[in-house]
Amino acid sequence: MEYFIQQLINGLTLGGIYALIALGYTMVYGIIQLINFAHGEFFAAGGYMGVILLSFLSANGYLATYPWLCLSGAIILSMAYCSLLATGVEKIAYKPLRKSSRLSVLLSALGMSIFIQNGLMLTQGVYDKAYPTIFSQGGFDFGNIKVSYMQIVMLLITILLLILLNLLVFKTRIGKAMRATAQDKTMSSLVGIKSDRIISLTFIIGASLAAAAGIMVGMYYGSVGYTMGFVPGIKAFAAAVLGGIGNITGAMIGGFLIGMIEIFGAGYISSEYKDVFAFIILIGVLYFMPTGIMGENIDDTRV
Amino acid sequence: MKKPILELKNVTSGYNEIQVLKNISIKAFEGEIVAVIGGNGAGKTTMLMTISNIVPVTSGEILYYGEPIHKKPADVLPGIGLCQAPEGRRIFPRLSVEDNLEMGAFLRRDNKKISEDIEYIYQLFPILKDRKKQHGGSLSGGEQQMLAIGRAMMSRPKLLLLDEPSLGLAPLIVLKIFEIIKEINKKGTTVLLVEQNANLSLKIAQRGYVMETGKIIAQDDANALLNNEEIKKAYLGVSD
Ligand SMILES: Nc1ncnc2c1ncn2[C@@H]1O[C@H](COP(=O)(O)OP(=O)(O)OP(=O)(O)O)[C@@H](O)[C@H]1O
Ligand SMILES: [Mg+2]
Repeated sequence: MEYFIQQLINGLTLGGIYALIALGYTMVYGIIQLINFAHGEFFAAGGYMGVILLSFLSANGYLATYPWLCLSGAIILSMAYCSLLATGVEKIAYKPLRKSSRLSVLLSALGMSIFIQNGLMLTQGVYDKAYPTIFSQGGFDFGNIKVSYMQIVMLLITILLLILLNLLVFKTRIGKAMRATAQDKTMSSLVGIKSDRIISLTFIIGASLAAAAGIMVGMYYGSVGYTMGFVPGIKAFAAAVLGGIGNITGAMIGGFLIGMIEIFGAGYISSEYKDVFAFIILIGVLYFMPTGIMGENIDDTRV
Repeated sequence: MKKPILELKNVTSGYNEIQVLKNISIKAFEGEIVAVIGGNGAGKTTMLMTISNIVPVTSGEILYYGEPIHKKPADVLPGIGLCQAPEGRRIFPRLSVEDNLEMGAFLRRDNKKISEDIEYIYQLFPILKDRKKQHGGSLSGGEQQMLAIGRAMMSRPKLLLLDEPSLGLAPLIVLKIFEIIKEINKKGTTVLLVEQNANLSLKIAQRGYVMETGKIIAQDDANALLNNEEIKKAYLGVSD
C-alpha cells in the first residue's frame, strides 16, 4: 500500500509535467488543426533558459537567500522567452502556410523542431547542463512514503498554472474569443475577433506552459540536455490524443494518466519498458474511443 | 434627402475563378429596411459576405457613410457599426448562450452597457434568458436565429445585415422574428434583409431589390414590388 501511494505521488508529479506540455499541443490543434511538432522544443528551450538564469542567480548568491523569488522570476522569464520564441516560429514557419495543405505545415513544424534543437546544441553545447539545487534534497517522510520538497513545489506550480489556464480560457473575454475562433473562424471575424492575434496567443500560452514544465523537469532530474524535448514531447502528444485532441480538460486528464501509467508500469512491471506502457494504453483506449477520453461526450471543454 | 448609409457601386466578386456578383449596385438609406429577394444561388449570401469582406471585392466599390470599406478587414467592421447575422446562424456551438451574446460585443469595452444590452436582448427574446447557460449548439433552430440576431445587436450596429432569418423556421416563429426586426429598425438600426421569403420581407421593408444570377433585375418601393405581376409570379407564389 505504501509503495502504491509512493508511486501515485510520483505519477502525479510526472503527470503534471505531461499535462502542461500536452495543453500546448491540444490548444494549437484546437485552433488551427496543426500538430505542432516543434512544441517539445519549447519545453527544452524553457529548461535551458531556466538553467541559465538560475545558475546566474546561484553564482551571485541570490538563489540561496531568496529561493522562491528566484524560482518564480526564472519561471516567468523563461515563459516570456519561450513566448517570444513561439511567436517567432509561428510567424516564420506557420503563418505563411495558413492557406497551404496541412502536410506542408506539418513538415514545416518538423523542420522547426530540428532547427531549434540544433540551435540549442550549437549555443549551449552537446553536454547536459546541471541545474543548481534550489530546495534541499529533503522532504517529508510518512513511514516509507517520501514526498520531496521538490515534488511539492512542482505540484503546487503545476496546479497553479492549470487553474490560471482554466480561468483564462473559460472565464475571460479573450479566452472565450479563443474558443469562438476555434469553433468558427469566419463567424469570429464577423464579431470582430482578430484570428491572427488569437492564434499567436494560443502559441504563446502553449509555449509558456511548456517552458515552466522544462524548468521543473530540469530541477527534478538535475540537468537539461538539448534533446530533452523529444521523448516528453511525444508522450505529452500521446496524452493530448488520449484525452481527445483539441480538448483542454482532456489534455490535463491525459497528462496525469500518462504520467501514472508510466510510473506504475515501471514500478510494477518493468522499468526498462517504461516508455512503452503509455503508448500501449493509448492504442488500447483509441481502439475503443477513437476520439479520446473527452472527445465526444463532454465537449464544452473543447477549445 | 436622407443619405445612403451603404452603397454598392458596380460590385463584382466571387470565389476564385467563379464570378458570382456581376456589377451589383444597391443603396440603403439611414433608417430603412431594405429587402433583397432572390432564389437559390442568386448570390444574396455572396453579396452580404462581400459587404462584410469575407469574400473580397474584385471590382467596384462599397461605401459606408460615404467611405470606402471594401479594403477594411472583416474584423474591424463591427467596430464601426456594420454587423452581420449570417446565413445558417453560425452560433458558436460550444459557448453558452450568454457567452455567444458577449462575443457579439467583443469590440466594446463599456462593460456596464454590455450587461444592459444583454438584458435588452433577453427582453426581446425571453427564451434566451431561460437558456443562457446552455450551449448555443443545443438550441432549436428558432432559438438559434434569435440568438444570432441578438448577438449581432450586441455590437450596437448602425447597419444590420440579415441573411435569411426565416430559413427553416415554423411560420409563427418567422412572424415573431420579423416583428423583432421591425422593432430593432424602429429603434434606429438600418436593416439590409436578404430573403427568399419575398412576401414577408417586402411587407416589412420600405424598398426592395430582386436578384437573379448575380444581377439586380428589379428595384422599387416594397409595395410596388409586392404588386408587380412579374415579381408576384416568380417570387410570391401567386399562380394567376
Ligand atoms: N464558398 C463558395 N465557393 C464557390 N462557390 C460558391 C461558394 N459559395 C457560394 N458559391 C456559389 O455562388 C453562387 C451564389 O451563391 P449564394 O450562396 O450567394 O446564393 P444565395 O442567393 O445566398 O442562395 P440561397 O438562397 O440558396 O442561400 C452559387 O452558384 C454558389 O454555388
Ligand atoms: Mg444564401
